Amino acid sequence: MSLNGKAYIAGVYEHPTRKAVDKSLPELHADVAAGALADAGLSASDVDGYFCAGDAPGLGPINMIDYLGLNPAFVDSTDTGGSSYVVHVEHAAQAIAMGRCKIALITLAGRPAAEGMATGTAPRVYNQAAPDVQFEFPYAPVVTNMYAMAAMRHMHEFGTTSEQLAWIRVAASTHAQHNEHALRREVVTVEDVVNSPMITTPLRRLDCCVISDGGGALVVVHPDVAKDLKRPKVKVRGCGTAVKGQLNGYVDLTYTAGRMSGPRAFAEAGVKPSDIKYASIYDSFTITVLLQLEDLGFCEKGEGGKFVSDGNLISGVGKLPFNTDGGGLCNNHPANRGGMTKVIEAVRQLRGEAHPKVQVANCDLAVAHGTGGSIGTRHCSSTVILERE
Amino acid sequence: MSEERTIAAPQPNTETQEYWDAARNGKLLIQRCKDTGKFFCYPRARSPFTLSDNIEWVEANGTGTVYSFSVMKRSKTPFTIAYVTLDEGVTMMTNIVDTDFDALAIGQKVKVVFKPTDGGPPVPMFTPT
Repeated sequence: MSLNGKAYIAGVYEHPTRKAVDKSLPELHADVAAGALADAGLSASDVDGYFCAGDAPGLGPINMIDYLGLNPAFVDSTDTGGSSYVVHVEHAAQAIAMGRCKIALITLAGRPAAEGMATGTAPRVYNQAAPDVQFEFPYAPVVTNMYAMAAMRHMHEFGTTSEQLAWIRVAASTHAQHNEHALRREVVTVEDVVNSPMITTPLRRLDCCVISDGGGALVVVHPDVAKDLKRPKVKVRGCGTAVKGQLNGYVDLTYTAGRMSGPRAFAEAGVKPSDIKYASIYDSFTITVLLQLEDLGFCEKGEGGKFVSDGNLISGVGKLPFNTDGGGLCNNHPANRGGMTKVIEAVRQLRGEAHPKVQVANCDLAVAHGTGGSIGTRHCSSTVILERE
Repeated sequence: MSEERTIAAPQPNTETQEYWDAARNGKLLIQRCKDTGKFFCYPRARSPFTLSDNIEWVEANGTGTVYSFSVMKRSKTPFTIAYVTLDEGVTMMTNIVDTDFDALAIGQKVKVVFKPTDGGPPVPMFTPT
């Protein structure tokens, strides 16, 4: 069954906080749930489907449904790291298409900044029983050096340069200056990026995303519900999800699971990358964006460095405006999971509700793409294509 | 040139004990799927090609080339993480040690050395040949 046209995103909300010292984690989930439902023009009693991932405390939906006072007929706590909330859009559309629910609420929240978490550079064991941990953790893999190895290999195979990666940060920062909630609003140059302190070769500080608190929520609804709501209609056109790892030891860091998830989503939507007016692309690091743009088909493999250069990702300047909220690089990366904010900004663009300085003219088709886990080891990519009706 | 970093101890289990016992004897083991003849990595109880347990342990040559690497500068003791492609064709995560990190390059030929860990079996790392 195709999901094309089977569901609409009716409500979105991004928490304005970036450091939530005065908010508990459940409270942040409640804040964003209330915000997205209000945006849609719905109430908590209307919700009959609930989705959350590993950021939700306790046993995920069990604790959160009780805390939020919900009574859903459908629950899903699929956790694919930062891409979870893009996967949840796909799963919500499936549940709605199957008649299991009509109004699905998806929430994300976290407070790594308030908790003083060194997200990118501190070794962490996510689960000692995971089969790979004993063969990797002794070598001190952290978030940054895993993505750095992908960047190093891309540079080696395709001649990609630090200056080309820097253009991705330049574009994000150019957009972030207009976002009053963005953590880093200063516009930077290629020189600023390549002169910022080296973290782990070849990635520098400004190649890395922010660490921030907050969260976001989405309300995904049945077409019958969408037609009675007052907000602009944003239709789910296509979805795709894929997982890629170390390929049984035949490691290839030059591509991501987006190479599989993207074509599935485009095929379901019946559109091509060249039809896309706006792209929300997961930007944990500059290299993350470059690899995913190639994998989604916006340029040939190996051509990403040229594609992102000279402002090609800047709204009003280049051919593919991306992350017009400033993205994870400059705006927000709540709970270290950026998939939610990717969907939210895509919906803003399709509604014509992005900041006027970054709003894409006649933005009727957008892609939101997330990657969770690590492209240096194993990850899940999820792609959703959305259309303004 | 410093790698006095404390190396976290791997935690062997029944599935992987043979690998770590060999490491204590200075041997690097990899596995081969006997149904397909293909090597695979990291070690596990069943072949990721077939899910069959018709697999065998093989001692690797212990030499290979650097597939990719990154030198962590934001650390009290800079260290280099890497993927090394063994002569047998499979690629494993490791550290590059006992060398000038700034002179490293992809394609560098390396050989295995075993380094002590914090209370566990030694782990295979690599150094330029």
